[in-house]
Amino acid sequence: MYEKMVRHTTNGSVHAGVRAEGLGKQFGELWAVRELDLDVHPGTILGLLGHNGAGKTTAIRMLTTLSGPTTGRASVAGHDVVAQPSEVRRAIGVAAQQATVDGLLEGRLNLELIGRLHGLSKRDARRRAAELLEQFGLADAGDRLVKNYSGGMRRRLDLAASLVASPAVLFLDEPTTGLDPLARDALWQTLRDLVRDGTTLILTTQYLEEADRLADDIVVLDHGRTVAQGTPAALKARIGGDRVEVTVPLPDELPAAASAVERFGSAEPAHDVERLTVTVPVEPGTRLVDVVRALDEAGVDVTDVHRREATLDDVFISLTTTREHRERRAA
Amino acid sequence: MSSYASDTLVFARRNVEHIRQIPEKLLDVTLQPIMFVLLFAFVFGGAIHVTGGSYREYLIGGILVQSVAFGMMGPGVSIATDLTEGVIDRFRTLPVPRSAYLVGHFVSELGAGVLAIAILLATGLVVGWRVHTDALHATEAIVLLVVFSAAMIWLGTWIGMLVRSSDAVQGIVFMVVFPLTFVSSAFVPIDSMPDVLQWVASWNPVSALAQAVRELFGNPTTPVTKDAWPLEHAVVASWLYCGALLALAVPAALRRFRARTAD
Repeated sequence: MYEKMVRHTTNGSVHAGVRAEGLGKQFGELWAVRELDLDVHPGTILGLLGHNGAGKTTAIRMLTTLSGPTTGRASVAGHDVVAQPSEVRRAIGVAAQQATVDGLLEGRLNLELIGRLHGLSKRDARRRAAELLEQFGLADAGDRLVKNYSGGMRRRLDLAASLVASPAVLFLDEPTTGLDPLARDALWQTLRDLVRDGTTLILTTQYLEEADRLADDIVVLDHGRTVAQGTPAALKARIGGDRVEVTVPLPDELPAAASAVERFGSAEPAHDVERLTVTVPVEPGTRLVDVVRALDEAGVDVTDVHRREATLDDVFISLTTTREHRERRAA
Repeated sequence: MSSYASDTLVFARRNVEHIRQIPEKLLDVTLQPIMFVLLFAFVFGGAIHVTGGSYREYLIGGILVQSVAFGMMGPGVSIATDLTEGVIDRFRTLPVPRSAYLVGHFVSELGAGVLAIAILLATGLVVGWRVHTDALHATEAIVLLVVFSAAMIWLGTWIGMLVRSSDAVQGIVFMVVFPLTFVSSAFVPIDSMPDVLQWVASWNPVSALAQAVRELFGNPTTPVTKDAWPLEHAVVASWLYCGALLALAVPAALRRFRARTAD
């Protein structure tokens, strides 16, 4: 069915997924998003990864016709977001970061009204609402007022609301924020099922793990700019897998600790003067005991040594340091 | 039914469901006007004298205008709440004409306005108010009140989009409606006021509206003490006021809605 929706324009091919070229949004002096390029094929998941304020929500708002882009262009499900907003809205489902459900209505009625606004008949709207309440574990709470829901329940209702019209393209802004681990795993499974059935999904997240587990492709945003783009495997290869983190009692010990662990690292160790830590990305085969021995031989006073998975912070440290390296070399 | 009409009715139904959940939302158009009628008819009324009829018959025209004016509050509060809570963003990502949302609010609020008018007329009948003209004039009075209600709803819609929180709406509406209705012929005849206030009350649009409703129902009216055209030609002036209010408030509300939902 997607073949039918594929069109061709003079500016290149447009497909039934999501495309963006040079998409940018300026608020006053600030560029919330700049030069964003996306190419999300139908039936795949894109993870937009970044901290608060990185531009994730602004990007989603532009793609869902809520906010007009300052520069560039984008198409969703084969329709231009600026020129054909109605066609885009017919094809998408959106769950914003702030749950946008109506607290003064029951959960079931929230879904029914949205179904009616999507053009479903009364009967179909009622049937769809019941299905979704069941699917999101809200069947028992369906007839209660949403203002009495817990945060996690509101969140799930909001996601259900975004799926009422079985959209071709789904946008979820930090969908798992505020969910407990069990609900999060269930949601991940739901999303995988949807995508297997052909839905295209763009989700934003602050968690590297989430992007890694779900996304086919990841775009890392920092201050509105794309700092990295690729498959989770490629990104992890670039930023290194595990980290060894050494904590020292005094700031004076930091340089000694850094030089002691440098030879285990696949990149330069990073200092954190606030937390009194030295962090270094290590090769998969590195043994923690060797690191401890090296620190001991160098006579470094250490309060803690441990090994952990890379976090989003590590990604940024690694990406920004590599960029600085490049710039330094260029200069 | 066209899809625009059905979308509008879905939004209107949403507001009706809100009232079902929080019946207090309807207090301002149900119990509050009845309370005002009883208060003025039985507590203050004995001290107020009108020529050409009873005070209770005089009162109803004034309270009708005041209650309809308070109709600004409902749409103002609902829309301000939707905007601050982000519900509006969900609606804006649906394949629905954006104006259907505003028109839906309008439809349900107009229903509340008509209900308030009906409740007041019924209360009036109970305390001794009567229509002394023919059906045509009485109908014109009611249509005038409904059109005035429409204008007030759009004004309230606009206010709801100007404020930063729904709490502010109540303050603004009270600050506007109370002085305007009390320094007018709504509750007391103008000739009982000091000279300066007589000027203010004679030119106050609320006086003209109350006067028009009284004339059309054949109730006692306020003596015209100052040379104020709107009060001397109350029915014509009232239609002009309502037309001007609608011509101002509807485009202002639509423009403000576009601005508030632009980014």
